[in-house]
Amino acid sequence: MRLFPFFRPKTSRQIAKDRLKILLISDRVSCSPEMMELIKNDIAHVISKYMKIDTASMDIQIMKTGTSGRTTKTPVLYANIPILDLKN
Amino acid sequence: MSEVIVVTSGKGGVGKTTTSANVGTGLAQMGKSVVLIDADIGLRNLDVVMGLENRIVYNLVDVIEGTCRLKQALIKDKRHAGLYLMPAAQTRDKNCITPGQMIKLIETLKQQFDYIILDCPAGIEQGFQNAIAGADHAIVVTTPEVSAIRDADRIIGLLEANEIKKIDLVVNRLRYDLIRRGEMMTVDDVIDILGLPLLGIVPDDENVVIATNQGEPLVGKSSLAGQAFYNICNRLVGKEVPFLSLNKNITIWTKVTGLFHRSQEERI
Repeated sequence: MRLFPFFRPKTSRQIAKDRLKILLISDRVSCSPEMMELIKNDIAHVISKYMKIDTASMDIQIMKTGTSGRTTKTPVLYANIPILDLKN
Repeated sequence: MSEVIVVTSGKGGVGKTTTSANVGTGLAQMGKSVVLIDADIGLRNLDVVMGLENRIVYNLVDVIEGTCRLKQALIKDKRHAGLYLMPAAQTRDKNCITPGQMIKLIETLKQQFDYIILDCPAGIEQGFQNAIAGADHAIVVTTPEVSAIRDADRIIGLLEANEIKKIDLVVNRLRYDLIRRGEMMTVDDVIDILGLPLLGIVPDDENVVIATNQGEPLVGKSSLAGQAFYNICNRLVGKEVPFLSLNKNITIWTKVTGLFHRSQEERI
């Protein structure tokens, strides 16, 4: 029935899930999205001194260890920073 | 060994009172001795959902303040042996009792009952603190909606901070027609976000409204929600019961026949 799954717009289910995931990260650590942006910029600034990184597609998140569990209570800061060129 | 279960959600109107009434009634049907405590002082509703509103003389606050004896405030549900309700006061507010007083009351009730079920008020203030004070097991009720899940997440954080070790999830008011169209989050989505063990899935069912109108919980009856609540009770007493699956029976044939039998389609 759905012949062109690639061209389908996002379902409201997926939108709700994506919004919640982002919302709950800031709710859980009481850290606003603005503050996350500031942290992200500072990290990018420091790393840029040593190597060339792709700041546009870097991603930082605060999450609890383990993908979705609540088993451990210590949150971790996860940063995914694509490196474009390693300087010497 | 008795178990003290608090039914909570954070957000109002997601089904805490309905869940409390049905779980309490279901456990009583299984031969357990159960007391339902309405912890929503000032906005009591468990009495009307149970159909016991005309029999209230004394309430929770009267017991705590010593106006009456414990036994005088317990309303016996004549339809089920071993089922009692302790109503909340309607003309007082949540600040008139303390968590310490609740713990003391629950300790006394533990000597008489297998299960003590507390219907928690919405919100995270004093009323919530009172309701969870004596509990060792929490049931978090949520619906697959952004607002309810967000509040549930906050509540789970507070339950953990209050050292409640056992926290289970009930996803209420699922609409399979919406889920099939991709317009409602699935149970797996909710579990993925909240990270709690699943205790039950309750479909959106008009019979819940009818049962509430009549003041008689529908647990154990033939409706979908009645079965779902009965399954929850079975899991609470330690039985393994499979979860209702939404994908079963969806074949080309049922889709075709569904076009002619709309009601059948909705029952899947």
